[in-house]
Amino acid sequence: MTTNISKDLLLLMLERMWRIRHFELKLTEMYNAGEIGGVHLYIGEEAVAVGACAAMKDSDYIAGNHRSHGHPIAKGANLNKAMAEILGRIDGYCKGKGGSMHLADFSVGILGESGIVASSVPVATGAALASKLQGEDFVSAVFFGDGASNQGACHEAMNLASVWNLPVIFICENNQYAVTTSYRDTVAVEHISDRAQAYNMPGVLVDGQDAIAMYEATAEAVQRARNGEGPTLIEALTYRFEEHSLGLEKIRKSEYREDNEIAEWRRRDPLDLLTKSMVESGTVTQAECDAISAAAHAAVEEAAEFARNSPVPDESELYKDMFFSEMPVV
Amino acid sequence: MAEKMFMQALGMGISEEMRADPKVFLMGEDVRASVYGAATGLHDEFGDDRVLNTPLSENGFFGAAVGAAAVGMRPVVETLTSFMWVGMDQLVSQAAKMRYMFGGQATLPVVFRAVMYYGGGSAAHHSDRSYPVFMNIGGLKVVAPGTPADAKGLMKTAIRDNDPVIMFEDGTLLGTRGEVPDDPDFTVPFGVANILRPGTDVTVVAIAGSVPHAVAAAEEMAKEDVSVEVIDPRTLVPLDKETILNSVGKTGRLVVADPAAKVCSAASEIMSIVGEEAFWDLQAPMQKVASKQVHIPFAQSLEKLVYPTRDGIIEAIKKTLG
Repeated sequence: MTTNISKDLLLLMLERMWRIRHFELKLTEMYNAGEIGGVHLYIGEEAVAVGACAAMKDSDYIAGNHRSHGHPIAKGANLNKAMAEILGRIDGYCKGKGGSMHLADFSVGILGESGIVASSVPVATGAALASKLQGEDFVSAVFFGDGASNQGACHEAMNLASVWNLPVIFICENNQYAVTTSYRDTVAVEHISDRAQAYNMPGVLVDGQDAIAMYEATAEAVQRARNGEGPTLIEALTYRFEEHSLGLEKIRKSEYREDNEIAEWRRRDPLDLLTKSMVESGTVTQAECDAISAAAHAAVEEAAEFARNSPVPDESELYKDMFFSEMPVV
Repeated sequence: MAEKMFMQALGMGISEEMRADPKVFLMGEDVRASVYGAATGLHDEFGDDRVLNTPLSENGFFGAAVGAAAVGMRPVVETLTSFMWVGMDQLVSQAAKMRYMFGGQATLPVVFRAVMYYGGGSAAHHSDRSYPVFMNIGGLKVVAPGTPADAKGLMKTAIRDNDPVIMFEDGTLLGTRGEVPDDPDFTVPFGVANILRPGTDVTVVAIAGSVPHAVAAAEEMAKEDVSVEVIDPRTLVPLDKETILNSVGKTGRLVVADPAAKVCSAASEIMSIVGEEAFWDLQAPMQKVASKQVHIPFAQSLEKLVYPTRDGIIEAIKKTLG
């Protein structure tokens, strides 16, 4: 992993990856303490969102999915509001109406996180359509899984983006399993990125554990999009280190993944890989990296306290936000 | 003021709003050729960037309209009611729910124009009257104009509205004619019913394609000295229940005519509201004149039995009179 990415950007990437990791570890702790219910953790996949978002501007848009604590944090979202949302509190991004699967901060260019897989793929494509129709230079990116890649919405959106030459980047986070089913049993081609040929767009296969590789692949796709050269499909090969969601291991004794497979992927922890690369190249010292992790940990602890102290939504909130202006619902 | 066809009135509403606001654009299958008629002339006037032909991909382009709206555009999507099923996930999971689910962060000024063809031998896959489904979902404004003037005025309000709107354009009304204001400032507000004909003996609430039948029934009953008040709610979400309740308070009798299938129809909801809130005003059981609870058969001999008719409404009015 050699790169000419600036030191500042590398440090930002490491910081955001640590913020995601500590956020997810804190949620695990809170789940075990009975403070929250089951959520979908992004542990092991941090390099995908962080590498991709580092290649985008604040004015660009992203959309995510049900496993999307990492995407808003990678785009610069505020941890306090993210944590408050997961606890269902009024100070959360969505005032407690969205929760873990809809952790969206629109102020940093998030178009939403969809609990229905692939459902946000057409939405992100529409943001790119707006960019093109208005002659703007913003782009949009959407993160979806290997399971979602089989949804019709995904195929329809990719075809639409290609025929209209839209500035959108389709980022498939291939974490190998849709809940317990391997993509090798559900995808007819060897690589999901191979499908790009059918839509006449570049398909790029990237090591999703490598934040720098993710950054570089996304930067190239963003450049193409801004130049009016249309969409790109990026397949990031990655792995979810934990179960599909917290709590699932208790309800199903599942043996769909071999222990040695999990161990193999854990040896390629994206945080270790980025840290090692930066330390070995002399960009930073191990002590600096440790300090970044410690700061992220402290920020997450503060977010948890903020969330716990935030009130639950009042009954008066129930009907609010159904429509732009309040009106009688029935 | 000039006499126009319902379909022309829809087109006037769209074109005036496209002239007024560069963020408004039209997309859909075959809209450049205006296969359904309401978009005639729009491609010539506004060009390729404002009138977009889409692939046959309702999930794809419904969602793209939602995404474009989320970043500030005002898309108008043309489709058929029967094709909406193909794109339901985008209508329900995204358009309807985004604003609430994200705590008010998403504003989605998008209009889905659902052309509702039925009654012409198109069989079950092209004859849906699906607005009650969308009333049930929430988060969507549901509009069903019954006259050419309302077609224009409600279209303009829909395009200016900051929420997702589904505009149900009744195929049996597209060729009807009526006075339509030329004034580009003419709009019809949501949530305000239209009293098409005042009366004192029986209230008939009529939806979309039932409106002309209800007016004809009222004219017929007038010959028998029965005074029928005909109300077109015009928008089902929001619903102007006050006008309906006030009318029932006056007449004590209610008939609801609705081209949707009878079970869980718009009529069901209106009658439920009257039952809950105005039961003691009623002097006779309420009558529902909705479509039969069947799929739409191809054979004309069968299809003609399905929908509300003038005579069916007259029969229901007479029942309320005992």
